Amino acid sequence: MCPVSSVGTDSPVDGIVATVPIVLSLLVAAWALVAAVRHRPPDRVQFVGLAVLEVALLVLSVLALVAVGGGDRPGEPGAFFGYLVTLVCLPPLAWVLARMEPTRWGSAIVCAVCLVTPVVVVRLQQTWEVLGG
Amino acid sequence: MVEAGPAPRRTNSGPGRLLIAVYLLFAIAATSRAGLQIATKFDEAPVAYLLSGVAALIYIVAAVGLARAGHTGRRVALACCSVELVGVVAVGVLSLVDKELFPDETVWSGFGSGYGYIPLVLPVLGLIWLWRTRRAPA
Repeated sequence: MCPVSSVGTDSPVDGIVATVPIVLSLLVAAWALVAAVRHRPPDRVQFVGLAVLEVALLVLSVLALVAVGGGDRPGEPGAFFGYLVTLVCLPPLAWVLARMEPTRWGSAIVCAVCLVTPVVVVRLQQTWEVLGG
Repeated sequence: MVEAGPAPRRTNSGPGRLLIAVYLLFAIAATSRAGLQIATKFDEAPVAYLLSGVAALIYIVAAVGLARAGHTGRRVALACCSVELVGVVAVGVLSLVDKELFPDETVWSGFGSGYGYIPLVLPVLGLIWLWRTRRAPA
Protein backbone atom coordinates (compact mmCIF):
# COMPACT_ATOMS: atom_id res chain seq x y z
CA MET A 1 0.00 0.00 0.00
CA CYS A 2 2.78 2.39 0.87
CA PRO A 3 4.16 3.81 -2.39
CA VAL A 4 7.64 4.30 -0.95
CA SER A 5 9.21 0.91 -0.27
CA SER A 6 12.72 2.25 0.20
CA VAL A 7 12.82 1.36 3.90
CA GLY A 8 15.46 -1.31 3.50
CA THR A 9 15.15 -3.88 6.25
CA ASP A 10 12.39 -6.44 6.64
CA SER A 11 10.36 -6.39 9.81
CA PRO A 12 11.62 -8.96 12.33
CA VAL A 13 8.11 -9.31 13.75
CA ASP A 14 6.53 -10.40 10.49
CA GLY A 15 5.94 -13.78 8.87
CA ILE A 16 6.12 -17.14 10.62
CA VAL A 17 7.43 -15.82 13.98
CA ALA A 18 4.27 -13.73 14.31
CA THR A 19 1.89 -16.19 12.67
CA VAL A 20 2.75 -19.03 15.07
CA PRO A 21 1.85 -17.14 18.28
CA ILE A 22 -1.29 -15.68 16.66
CA VAL A 23 -2.57 -19.12 15.58
CA LEU A 24 -1.56 -20.71 18.91
CA SER A 25 -3.29 -17.99 20.85
CA LEU A 26 -6.51 -18.34 18.87
CA LEU A 27 -6.43 -22.14 19.34
CA VAL A 28 -6.04 -21.78 23.11
CA ALA A 29 -8.81 -19.15 23.11
CA ALA A 30 -11.15 -21.51 21.25
CA TRP A 31 -10.33 -24.42 23.56
CA ALA A 32 -10.85 -22.22 26.65
CA LEU A 33 -14.12 -20.90 25.26
CA VAL A 34 -15.44 -24.45 24.83
CA ALA A 35 -14.37 -25.20 28.42
CA ALA A 36 -16.08 -22.05 29.73
CA VAL A 37 -19.29 -22.85 27.86
CA ARG A 38 -19.20 -26.40 29.27
CA HIS A 39 -18.72 -25.07 32.85
CA ARG A 40 -15.22 -26.55 32.99
CA PRO A 41 -12.33 -25.01 34.95
CA PRO A 42 -9.03 -24.39 33.14
CA ASP A 43 -7.57 -27.79 32.25
CA ARG A 44 -4.06 -29.01 31.54
CA VAL A 45 -4.41 -28.24 27.83
CA GLN A 46 -5.02 -24.57 28.61
CA PHE A 47 -2.02 -24.27 30.91
CA VAL A 48 0.26 -26.13 28.49
CA GLY A 49 -1.13 -23.97 25.69
CA LEU A 50 -0.32 -20.81 27.65
CA ALA A 51 3.22 -22.08 28.30
CA VAL A 52 3.80 -22.89 24.61
CA LEU A 53 2.34 -19.51 23.65
CA GLU A 54 4.73 -17.78 26.05
CA VAL A 55 7.70 -19.62 24.47
CA ALA A 56 6.54 -18.52 20.99
CA LEU A 57 6.24 -14.91 22.20
CA LEU A 58 9.70 -15.05 23.80
CA VAL A 59 11.14 -16.30 20.48
CA LEU A 60 9.44 -13.37 18.75
CA SER A 61 10.85 -10.94 21.34
CA VAL A 62 14.39 -12.31 21.11
CA LEU A 63 14.33 -12.05 17.31
CA ALA A 64 13.05 -8.47 17.57
CA LEU A 65 15.77 -7.58 20.09
CA VAL A 66 18.43 -9.23 17.90
CA ALA A 67 17.23 -7.11 14.97
CA VAL A 68 17.38 -3.97 17.10
CA GLY A 69 20.85 -4.99 18.28
CA GLY A 70 21.84 -5.41 14.63
CA GLY A 71 20.99 -1.78 13.90
CA ASP A 72 17.37 -1.98 12.75
CA ARG A 73 14.96 0.47 14.33
CA PRO A 74 11.20 0.25 14.80
CA GLY A 75 9.08 3.08 13.39
CA GLU A 76 7.77 4.03 16.82
CA PRO A 77 10.35 2.73 19.32
CA GLY A 78 8.45 3.74 22.46
CA ALA A 79 5.22 2.08 21.44
CA PHE A 80 7.06 -0.94 19.99
CA PHE A 81 8.85 -1.79 23.22
CA GLY A 82 5.72 -1.03 25.22
CA TYR A 83 3.78 -3.57 23.20
CA LEU A 84 6.65 -6.08 23.37
CA VAL A 85 6.80 -5.94 27.19
CA THR A 86 2.99 -6.14 27.44
CA LEU A 87 2.93 -9.09 25.06
CA VAL A 88 5.27 -11.35 27.04
CA CYS A 89 3.34 -10.53 30.24
CA LEU A 90 -0.04 -11.62 28.89
CA PRO A 91 0.23 -15.46 29.14
CA PRO A 92 1.67 -15.31 32.70
CA LEU A 93 -1.18 -12.95 33.68
CA ALA A 94 -3.73 -15.40 32.29
CA TRP A 95 -1.94 -18.27 34.04
CA VAL A 96 -1.97 -16.61 37.47
CA LEU A 97 -5.59 -15.47 37.24
CA ALA A 98 -6.71 -18.88 35.92
CA ARG A 99 -4.95 -20.59 38.87
CA MET A 100 -6.78 -18.29 41.28
CA GLU A 101 -10.13 -19.06 39.68
CA PRO A 102 -10.64 -22.84 39.27
CA THR A 103 -14.13 -22.43 37.80
CA ARG A 104 -15.58 -21.87 34.34
CA TRP A 105 -14.62 -18.21 34.78
CA GLY A 106 -10.97 -19.18 34.88
CA SER A 107 -11.41 -20.64 31.40
CA ALA A 108 -13.17 -17.42 30.38
CA ILE A 109 -10.16 -15.41 31.57
CA VAL A 110 -7.78 -17.60 29.51
CA CYS A 111 -10.09 -17.11 26.51
CA ALA A 112 -10.20 -13.31 26.93
CA VAL A 113 -6.44 -12.92 27.31
CA CYS A 114 -5.80 -15.23 24.33
CA LEU A 115 -8.12 -13.08 22.21
CA VAL A 116 -6.23 -9.92 23.18
CA THR A 117 -2.79 -11.42 22.44
CA PRO A 118 -3.19 -11.55 18.59
CA VAL A 119 -4.36 -7.92 18.63
CA VAL A 120 -1.21 -6.91 20.49
CA VAL A 121 0.96 -8.88 18.02
CA VAL A 122 -0.65 -7.02 15.10
CA ARG A 123 -0.20 -3.66 16.87
CA LEU A 124 3.44 -4.61 17.46
CA GLN A 125 3.87 -5.16 13.71
CA GLN A 126 2.25 -1.80 12.96
CA THR A 127 4.59 0.06 15.30
CA TRP A 128 7.63 -1.47 13.59
CA GLU A 129 6.67 -0.20 10.17
CA VAL A 130 7.39 3.46 9.55
CA LEU A 131 4.06 5.12 9.03
CA GLY A 132 3.44 7.70 6.33
CA GLY A 133 6.90 7.19 4.77
CA MET B 1 -22.73 -1.22 58.45
CA VAL B 2 -26.10 0.41 58.91
CA GLU B 3 -28.15 -1.79 56.64
CA ALA B 4 -29.53 -5.00 58.04
CA GLY B 5 -29.65 -8.27 56.15
CA PRO B 6 -26.95 -10.35 54.53
CA ALA B 7 -23.65 -8.79 53.53
CA PRO B 8 -22.97 -8.26 49.82
CA ARG B 9 -21.43 -11.09 47.87
CA ARG B 10 -17.76 -10.78 47.11
CA THR B 11 -17.01 -9.06 43.81
CA ASN B 12 -13.64 -10.69 43.24
CA SER B 13 -14.48 -14.26 42.32
CA GLY B 14 -16.31 -16.00 39.50
CA PRO B 15 -17.40 -13.60 36.74
CA GLY B 16 -15.93 -10.80 38.84
CA ARG B 17 -12.44 -12.21 38.32
CA LEU B 18 -12.95 -12.14 34.55
CA LEU B 19 -14.11 -8.53 34.86
CA ILE B 20 -11.00 -7.68 36.90
CA ALA B 21 -8.83 -9.36 34.24
CA VAL B 22 -10.35 -7.24 31.47
CA TYR B 23 -10.05 -4.10 33.62
CA LEU B 24 -6.38 -4.97 34.18
CA LEU B 25 -5.82 -5.32 30.42
CA PHE B 26 -7.41 -1.93 29.84
CA ALA B 27 -5.47 -0.40 32.70
CA ILE B 28 -2.23 -1.62 31.09
CA ALA B 29 -3.27 -0.52 27.58
CA ALA B 30 -4.52 2.91 28.62
CA THR B 31 -1.67 3.63 31.03
CA SER B 32 1.10 2.80 28.58
CA ARG B 33 -0.61 4.66 25.76
CA ALA B 34 -1.29 7.76 27.85
CA GLY B 35 2.17 7.66 29.42
CA LEU B 36 3.80 7.52 26.00
CA GLN B 37 1.60 10.27 24.55
CA ILE B 38 2.11 12.61 27.51
CA ALA B 39 5.85 11.94 27.59
CA THR B 40 6.56 12.32 23.85
CA LYS B 41 3.99 14.61 22.23
CA PHE B 42 1.92 16.28 24.91
CA ASP B 43 1.73 19.62 23.03
CA GLU B 44 -0.06 18.10 20.03
CA ALA B 45 -3.30 17.28 21.83
CA PRO B 46 -3.13 18.03 25.57
CA VAL B 47 -6.85 17.55 26.16
CA ALA B 48 -6.93 14.13 24.51
CA TYR B 49 -3.80 12.92 26.27
CA LEU B 50 -4.85 14.16 29.69
CA LEU B 51 -8.17 12.42 29.16
CA SER B 52 -6.33 9.20 28.26
CA GLY B 53 -4.39 9.58 31.49
CA VAL B 54 -7.55 10.07 33.54
CA ALA B 55 -9.20 7.07 31.84
CA ALA B 56 -6.13 4.96 32.61
CA LEU B 57 -6.26 5.97 36.26
CA ILE B 58 -9.97 5.11 36.49
CA TYR B 59 -9.36 1.64 35.01
CA ILE B 60 -6.65 0.98 37.59
CA VAL B 61 -8.78 2.18 40.50
CA ALA B 62 -11.81 0.21 39.26
CA ALA B 63 -9.73 -2.99 39.04
CA VAL B 64 -8.40 -2.45 42.55
CA GLY B 65 -11.90 -1.66 43.86
CA LEU B 66 -13.34 -4.86 42.40
CA ALA B 67 -10.38 -6.90 43.62
CA ARG B 68 -10.55 -5.53 47.17
CA ALA B 69 -14.19 -6.61 47.26
CA GLY B 70 -15.11 -5.11 50.62
CA HIS B 71 -17.65 -2.40 51.32
CA THR B 72 -15.23 0.36 50.34
CA GLY B 73 -14.10 -1.58 47.29
CA ARG B 74 -17.68 -1.78 46.05
CA ARG B 75 -18.18 1.96 46.47
CA VAL B 76 -14.92 2.72 44.68
CA ALA B 77 -15.84 0.35 41.85
CA LEU B 78 -19.34 1.83 41.64
CA ALA B 79 -17.94 5.36 41.38
CA CYS B 80 -15.39 4.31 38.75
CA CYS B 81 -17.89 2.41 36.59
CA SER B 82 -20.30 5.37 36.73
CA VAL B 83 -17.62 7.91 35.80
CA GLU B 84 -16.44 5.58 33.03
CA LEU B 85 -19.90 5.19 31.55
CA VAL B 86 -20.55 8.95 31.64
CA GLY B 87 -17.06 9.58 30.28
CA VAL B 88 -17.23 7.17 27.37
CA VAL B 89 -20.67 8.40 26.31
CA ALA B 90 -19.77 12.10 26.73
CA VAL B 91 -16.46 11.78 24.89
CA GLY B 92 -18.11 9.62 22.24
CA VAL B 93 -20.73 12.29 21.56
CA LEU B 94 -18.21 15.15 21.75
CA SER B 95 -15.80 13.40 19.38
CA LEU B 96 -18.63 13.11 16.86
CA VAL B 97 -19.86 16.68 17.29
CA ASP B 98 -16.54 18.48 17.52
CA LYS B 99 -13.59 16.63 16.01
CA GLU B 100 -11.28 19.57 16.82
CA LEU B 101 -11.56 18.86 20.52
CA PHE B 102 -9.87 15.46 20.23
CA PRO B 103 -7.43 15.62 17.30
CA ASP B 104 -5.78 12.38 18.40
CA GLU B 105 -7.47 9.18 19.49
CA THR B 106 -8.24 8.45 23.11
CA VAL B 107 -9.53 5.26 24.68
CA TRP B 108 -12.99 6.80 24.74
CA SER B 109 -13.17 8.45 21.30
CA GLY B 110 -16.06 7.26 19.12
CA PHE B 111 -17.51 5.35 22.11
CA GLY B 112 -14.31 3.29 22.29
CA SER B 113 -14.47 2.16 18.67
CA GLY B 114 -10.67 1.83 18.53
CA TYR B 115 -10.91 -0.83 21.23
CA GLY B 116 -13.82 -2.83 19.85
CA TYR B 117 -16.36 -0.79 21.87
CA ILE B 118 -15.21 -2.67 24.98
CA PRO B 119 -14.77 0.66 26.86
CA LEU B 120 -18.52 1.20 26.36
CA VAL B 121 -19.52 -2.33 27.41
CA LEU B 122 -17.12 -2.67 30.36
CA PRO B 123 -18.69 -0.12 32.76
CA VAL B 124 -22.15 -1.52 32.01
CA LEU B 125 -20.95 -5.03 32.86
CA GLY B 126 -19.29 -3.62 35.98
CA LEU B 127 -22.52 -1.98 37.15
CA ILE B 128 -24.54 -5.13 36.40
CA TRP B 129 -22.02 -7.18 38.37
CA LEU B 130 -22.13 -4.80 41.34
CA TRP B 131 -25.93 -4.89 41.22
CA ARG B 132 -26.09 -8.68 41.10
CA THR B 133 -23.67 -9.09 44.01
CA ARG B 134 -25.41 -6.52 46.24
CA ARG B 135 -26.83 -9.30 48.44
CA ALA B 136 -25.51 -12.65 49.48
CA PRO B 137 -27.08 -15.53 47.56
CA ALA B 138 -30.20 -16.83 49.25
